[in-house]
Amino acid sequence: MTVRFVTAADDLRPAYDLVIVGAGPAGMAAATEASRTGARVAVLDENPRPGGQIYREITRNQPGARQYLGADYWKGKALGNAFAESNADYAARATVWSIEPADEPRDGERHRVGVTIAGAARMIEAAAVILATGAQERPMPVPGWTLPGVLTAGAAQIALKSSGVVPAAPIVLAGCGPLLYLLASQLIDAGARDMTLLDTSRPVLRWESLRRLPGFLFSPYLRKGLGLLLRTRRRIRVVTGVRSLEILGEDRAEGVRFATARGTSTINASTVLLHQGVIPAINLASAAGCPLAWNAAQRAFQPVTDAEGRTPKRGVLIAGDSAGIGGAQAAEIAGRIVAVAALSDRGLVARDVSAALINRLQRQRQRYFRGRGFLDALYAPRHIFLAPPDAQTIVCRCEEITAGKLREAISLGPPGPNQLKTFVRCGMGPCQGRLCAATVTEIMAAERGTSPADIGTYRLRAPVKPVRLAELAGLPHAPRALKAVTGRDPVDHHLNETELPS
Amino acid sequence: MLKRLREIEEPVSFTFDGVQMQAQRGEMLATALLAAGIGHVRRSVVSGAPRAPYCLMGVCFECLVTVDGLQNRQACLLEVEEGMVVESQRGAPDVLAHFRDEKRQQP
Ligand code: FES
Repeated sequence: MTVRFVTAADDLRPAYDLVIVGAGPAGMAAATEASRTGARVAVLDENPRPGGQIYREITRNQPGARQYLGADYWKGKALGNAFAESNADYAARATVWSIEPADEPRDGERHRVGVTIAGAARMIEAAAVILATGAQERPMPVPGWTLPGVLTAGAAQIALKSSGVVPAAPIVLAGCGPLLYLLASQLIDAGARDMTLLDTSRPVLRWESLRRLPGFLFSPYLRKGLGLLLRTRRRIRVVTGVRSLEILGEDRAEGVRFATARGTSTINASTVLLHQGVIPAINLASAAGCPLAWNAAQRAFQPVTDAEGRTPKRGVLIAGDSAGIGGAQAAEIAGRIVAVAALSDRGLVARDVSAALINRLQRQRQRYFRGRGFLDALYAPRHIFLAPPDAQTIVCRCEEITAGKLREAISLGPPGPNQLKTFVRCGMGPCQGRLCAATVTEIMAAERGTSPADIGTYRLRAPVKPVRLAELAGLPHAPRALKAVTGRDPVDHHLNETELPS
Repeated sequence: MLKRLREIEEPVSFTFDGVQMQAQRGEMLATALLAAGIGHVRRSVVSGAPRAPYCLMGVCFECLVTVDGLQNRQACLLEVEEGMVVESQRGAPDVLAHFRDEKRQQP
């Protein structure tokens, strides 16, 4: 069996048992598991090839030529192969812009998924939907972060995986989290030179991280993490305890000014790579009406799910990092668990079979949860990088709303981020708040002296990605919908149209 | 802004603001532009500040360019194709330009 490649919206079936959004580790694993049961499965993904961000281009890259990507990356190979051999319909370059959950998904009542492929939009139906939309990097708003020459660390890693290109030297990596060290090590191995890593983590010896240490001692991340840290420190300049950061330059990044306890320094930079951890990509889930909850340890909003990925919206499930950050390997197991749960809820897998399977998978997944708490506490970003103190720093990149302007508007008393939006337009540009939502919540929480949990985040609506009017107009319309708009029965409508004077 | 570790093996040609460029077959447009040494791909709609691709994963919308006449395409989600005509976007699109042109053409 092999996946059926879908390259046009018309080639999708009108209805599936399971529609999976995203072909990263969770999505690929869910599809592989589900297609074993004979269910009709579609995988819709935005990129040209499967793998998501973590296993990007896993089906095309070969270890010989790009050895520097490291053992963890090549672990994705087996999953990529299994997915390629599944019987799912796989639409690459497909943008999902809306999920309309059926209110009561009984027989015949199905969720509707709005998708665009190759410029044509289509609504397809699904008995169950799994969102496996992964993670995005947490925004790191510092002065100058909108300058050309500044990218996220994730972007540099994507460029390395997909094109074998490295940032122009001198390179400055700044921020915190394991990805920053992993990227540094990959770049060194790939042959990049002249790199400095500015580590903005808080001191290691803090109670929040130490009390979670015992779990970490048994974590699979321990040896790997330490090895990475030491290797990087031996080979490039690492500055720890960085407590403020500013990117300098007129029309492009030219340098970085930073401060530690020992004082302020300035270094040259052609490329600056920012990173302070990842947060769940929640836009699609949120727009589908799935409720969100604040995860205090990971300092991010995530959709509410049970242990098997079910949201309170029946038949809408979430797998992998988009339900809370756990990493690629946990995501892969989550994909399997959630697929089995979704199909057994629809009666496509027998209850006793699914219960045993889910049980076994959950024990496997446990291993990757160990030590996660320590990592989360260890790499918790400094507050100054979550809520920029400098009034001039841009928070909303699309509409160029500064931290100062936000604080001013907040002082006028809007109850939450949604009202703030209408005051100053933050979050109303093309990225739909993806790069400012986290910061807006943090600033508002700090100004009000409360927790981000009390502040909440933007309410999102479909379409979560821009759709052209022509695409929407091209959708086939039900007679009922035509009548609602034109006020006439479609038959009359048609007749009248032919009578229009030419 | 980005440097290739190897020469392009399977080249495809495209133009950016009229200048001929090359990319590796199957490469994403945003990466290709950065690897070709392009500093910025657009000017922001509010202040006109130069902007360049930032996340390369479809999240930030900093990579918006006009491709073969279609505005606001995310260059990081689009593969380069032979003969692609890519243009930078300068600030907010002039929505009235079309009507002015039409008027001018009227006798
Ligand atoms: S570079 Fe961020 S959306 Fe394209």
